Amino acid sequence: MAKKEVSYYPGCSSQTGASSSNMMRATQTMCDELDIQLNEIPDWNCCGASIGYGGGGELPRLTLSARNIALSEQHNPGQEIVATCAACWLSTREAKERLHEDANMFRDANTALNEINLKLNNQTPVRHMVEVLVEDIGFEAIKAKVKKPLQGLKIASYVGCQTNRPFGIAEESFENPVYLDHLIESVGADSIPTYEKKVQCCGGALAFSEPEKSQEMIHGIIEAAYDHGADLIATPCPLCQANVEIYQDQINARFGSKFNMPVVYYSQLMSVAFGRNSKDSALDGQIIRAKSLEEIAGK
Amino acid sequence: MSDEKKFAGYICTGCGIGERLDSSQLEMIATREGKMQSCKQHEMLCSSEGVQMIRDDISSEGASHIMIAACSRRAKVEAFNFPEVAMTRANLREGVIWVRPDAPEHQETTQEMADDYIRMACAELRSLKLPHASGEQSLNKTILVVGGGITGMTAALESAAAGYPVHIVEKQGALGGQAAGYAKAIPTRSPYKEPRDTGVAEMIAAIEASGLITVHLNSTVAKTAGAPGRFNVDIATESGAVSNETFGAIIQATGFKLYDPSNLQQYGYSSSPDIVTNAELEKLVKAAAGGPVKRPSDGKEVKAVAFVQNVGQSSSEEGQLSYHSGIGDLIAIKQAMYFKDQNSDCDTTILFNNLRTPGAAGEDFYRAGQEKMITFSKAQVSEVVPGDSLEVKFQDLILDEETSMQADLVVLDVGMMPNSGPDPYAVPIVIDEKAEAASETPRAPTVTVDSILNLDYRQGTDLPHLKNGFTDSHFICFPYETRRTGIYAAGPLRRPMDMRQAQDDAAGAAMKAIQAAENAGKGMAAHPRAGDLSFPSFRMDGCTQCKRCTVECPFGAINEDEKGYPLFNESRCRRCGTCMGACPVRVISFENYSVESVNQQIKNVEVPEEFDEKPRILVLACENDAYPALDQAGMNGVEINPWARVIPVRCLGSVSLSWITDSLNSGYDGIVLMGCAKGDDYQCHFVRGSAMAHERMDKVGDTLSSLNLEPERVVVYEVAITDIERAPKLINDMAETVEKIGLSPFKF
Amino acid sequence: MSDLNSAMTERYHNSFLKEVEANVEEGEWVKMCMQCGVCAGSCPLGNAWEHTPQKLFMMIRAGKREAVLSSDAMWMCTSCYNCIARCPRGLPITHIMHGLAHYAKRLGLVPKNQPTAQFSQIFWDNLMKKGRVNELKLGLAIYFKDGFGQGIKNALANKQLGQNMMKAKRMNAMEFFGGHSIKDTGGLQKMIKKAQEIEDAKIQGNS
Repeated sequence: MAKKEVSYYPGCSSQTGASSSNMMRATQTMCDELDIQLNEIPDWNCCGASIGYGGGGELPRLTLSARNIALSEQHNPGQEIVATCAACWLSTREAKERLHEDANMFRDANTALNEINLKLNNQTPVRHMVEVLVEDIGFEAIKAKVKKPLQGLKIASYVGCQTNRPFGIAEESFENPVYLDHLIESVGADSIPTYEKKVQCCGGALAFSEPEKSQEMIHGIIEAAYDHGADLIATPCPLCQANVEIYQDQINARFGSKFNMPVVYYSQLMSVAFGRNSKDSALDGQIIRAKSLEEIAGK
Repeated sequence: MSDEKKFAGYICTGCGIGERLDSSQLEMIATREGKMQSCKQHEMLCSSEGVQMIRDDISSEGASHIMIAACSRRAKVEAFNFPEVAMTRANLREGVIWVRPDAPEHQETTQEMADDYIRMACAELRSLKLPHASGEQSLNKTILVVGGGITGMTAALESAAAGYPVHIVEKQGALGGQAAGYAKAIPTRSPYKEPRDTGVAEMIAAIEASGLITVHLNSTVAKTAGAPGRFNVDIATESGAVSNETFGAIIQATGFKLYDPSNLQQYGYSSSPDIVTNAELEKLVKAAAGGPVKRPSDGKEVKAVAFVQNVGQSSSEEGQLSYHSGIGDLIAIKQAMYFKDQNSDCDTTILFNNLRTPGAAGEDFYRAGQEKMITFSKAQVSEVVPGDSLEVKFQDLILDEETSMQADLVVLDVGMMPNSGPDPYAVPIVIDEKAEAASETPRAPTVTVDSILNLDYRQGTDLPHLKNGFTDSHFICFPYETRRTGIYAAGPLRRPMDMRQAQDDAAGAAMKAIQAAENAGKGMAAHPRAGDLSFPSFRMDGCTQCKRCTVECPFGAINEDEKGYPLFNESRCRRCGTCMGACPVRVISFENYSVESVNQQIKNVEVPEEFDEKPRILVLACENDAYPALDQAGMNGVEINPWARVIPVRCLGSVSLSWITDSLNSGYDGIVLMGCAKGDDYQCHFVRGSAMAHERMDKVGDTLSSLNLEPERVVVYEVAITDIERAPKLINDMAETVEKIGLSPFKF
Repeated sequence: MSDLNSAMTERYHNSFLKEVEANVEEGEWVKMCMQCGVCAGSCPLGNAWEHTPQKLFMMIRAGKREAVLSSDAMWMCTSCYNCIARCPRGLPITHIMHGLAHYAKRLGLVPKNQPTAQFSQIFWDNLMKKGRVNELKLGLAIYFKDGFGQGIKNALANKQLGQNMMKAKRMNAMEFFGGHSIKDTGGLQKMIKKAQEIEDAKIQGNS
């Protein structure tokens, strides 16, 4: 397979010492195995995420993403922008589309970009890493790479919101996307097709501002996984991963539950299945250790 | 061809018939028992070679009556089309081999079924004659259109475009009807965003320019006598002059009137001139001629208008309409656009509960209204308070609060009521006292109406109604068909509809009228037996003047002479045979369908002796729905009990009670009758036939008890063409019943 | 009442819908709502809203300006996009909620101490400093948003969480001092300032 080069947009939480730095590490490992070269967008900035709207109006937020696209077009010409964070992907793709549809907004964004001598052409596709895996690499090629099948593991696929809506992965349904189940099966584990919280909201940014309401939803997400006999929850989204993993102590205290459910990224599953060790697979980044994966990685 | 009868039988051995059945035995039965003078087998009778063989026999051997034992009479009708001879078909494929399992233990009973169907077909054939047109009618191409609104004008233009002369009779002094009073109409073409011109002026111009259309204004129909092909109509003008014309067919397009909201106090319709109906608003808009709409009370420009939807409609209250007209919300959107297009700042609010904007066009128009900033509020209006500014009080059903708004003008969405003539069956023919007492449903507002058609018919002056005063026009299966042959209903007379639908409707009715006139000219039946040349003949010397045939004919085809004898009008007849089923003395018959032709089939089934333990079940299946359902069952491999012998009938209404008593007397163990759905949502192709049969069979219990037989031996069902699993099951159920109660004691 | 708020009230006294169309992100879609209520039924926090999107749209059309703009409701949006995915009329409901929230903030009508409104502003300020979000400072700013005393309490309540994160190397105490940054922070700030000016001018022009 020829090396695939993409213009990579990792996002704030993927940075060293940030909440999804483990995802970054596993993504790098996974891409090494699949011969995907990640060319980081130089000096990329925050996308504004889905919570920036209070302080930032429409144009300032779109301009934030416009800067990233413009930088990518300048420094990584001809390469598709690929993000691993749901919010990064969503904000960037949304900006691309809205600036494409609204000529006035496009003009205004370029006026702002002109302040720093940047120019947006807005001709670059903005994709999610999952799209690269599903559409470009394919499940069969992933299967072929598996050295240590994750046999016997039962994994709940928690797709969450923003990887799924409003854009989603082509040909998937908003109500029941199945690509993550296919990925789980491709690495030799068992998916849970009837996992009913697959696209349930975890509260997103409101996990900070409305912790009680959010934790009630997170409780449901974990409980359903337990009810289906899941060993792990797997997700593509950094905020989903963090929200579902790190509050389990607080949720246990609030609801009297005894949750201790590991929540991992698809990239971690793939790294382990491709034969890489715990560290490369960023299993040391778990707050709730994924012991079953560590065992396979250690074999 | 000589008049001598020559009977020829043909047995097809294709489609597995030859493998499953002993065809030489079938041939022997056809010749020995069935008295066929010849009987030939062919391995694929419907092939051109097979058909040619039959054709040769007809032309060179003089075969006048042919029996074809092959597939169902509903299959291969093009191949087996020999109009010059009488023909019967024994259904060996769908009726026998496809409904029976192919296993040695079933071989005997399967062969017996086939043997019987051969016997039945041969017996039927011997009692058939080749039908001939009576020659009673000649072709009259002129169409009468009653009503000169959108529907009537369209029907006239469509008929004229097809080359048929038309007379329009219009009560008013001008053509155009209700639509002539409209400013604009609901859009009918993509993108469905703007109201369109009504097109009335163009239609009137086209009618005036047409050499084929004669218009009678200020005129009514004083009398309609005759039948399709020879309707004799007196047209009376306001001045009193009467002219007489003859027509081939008639289209009634008398449209609708609007519900009068005067009695609904809460809307204040009578208390302020600024509270108007949707039709009255059209006149205000027309009067404004493109300028701002002025309100009636003081001529002030309307800057805020409220549309109150669903006034007096879909209501269970006395004096209101139980149905919804369906188009009132589209009208409100159109009318709100009048105001928005004139002044985009005009406050236009549509207060709806359930917004109905049917179809893709309706949805697009709704969106266009939203784009024009018409406010749509889901609301229940409780009161309109008159005053200099009208106050509309309502409950906001989304925000769940009592609130109100001010308006200069309030428009009430009132529903459509049909302009039907008086219902000939307002007093039911057969009075069911129990049902009468039980029905205490609120009565819809009734308006005493004058007759529109003044039919000189035994069964009343006008077209029968179905529900809510709308003219019955078999809206489910066969639009436009009324119970008066050759008279078609079109437009809002049939059901509430908009102009576009009325125009489509009118075109359809015009085609039906043309067909009726043409068929009448050839002595052929109209729908559903279109093309049938047979018609009932009455053996008058046996008639007891009981009048059952004249009363029970669903189509009013039979008048009475002064002595009470039936006076038959051939082209009004649909050939259903309901009269034949009604006649207690069996004097009514068709050349190719009679009490005798079915009786012969019943009698020629071999009824085994009691100790054979082989029951026989007679199935009389309506040829329109039940028989095709059984054919379908065969195609789907659904099993039918081997004791069953199925005889198709034209309509369950044609079933003579004598068939029931005779078959019980000759040892049949059970009888299953299958007709179409009856009642308000009827699917009976002859409207009342199935209902008549059900009523008559109520009395069969007496016969059974007089014979000392169990009542379960005779059952009547309503069967739809889709009952592919159910229809066989009903037969198989009877087999189980017989097993339970035992064989009939009337076997010899 | 802020000046902008009075100016807007004055200008659009007759039609709040028109005000929303002109000034709120994707506001021109509000009139296209057909009041089916699918959004209300699809919202994960639907039960926490004072007014569901469906109701907010109806209130806008009914001219209930104060009630809409001072509502807590649109701040309950988790940006899950379920309403957008399901709206049969294709309304970008999530964006309209964000737009309404932002517009209410601009006019100074947000209910006091609305936690998501506060968090949203903190987030924006945080990212504007360095061009990237500093999660540590973001977390601390949230804990301390209601003063020092409450901040210590919040921090203690989440102490275990913080320790867990640090142990897993997913939080770094050193981020408190400087932390991740883009190189061209000045440029980014200049760019956003320009964008804000353009947007402010447009809305001022509408007032």
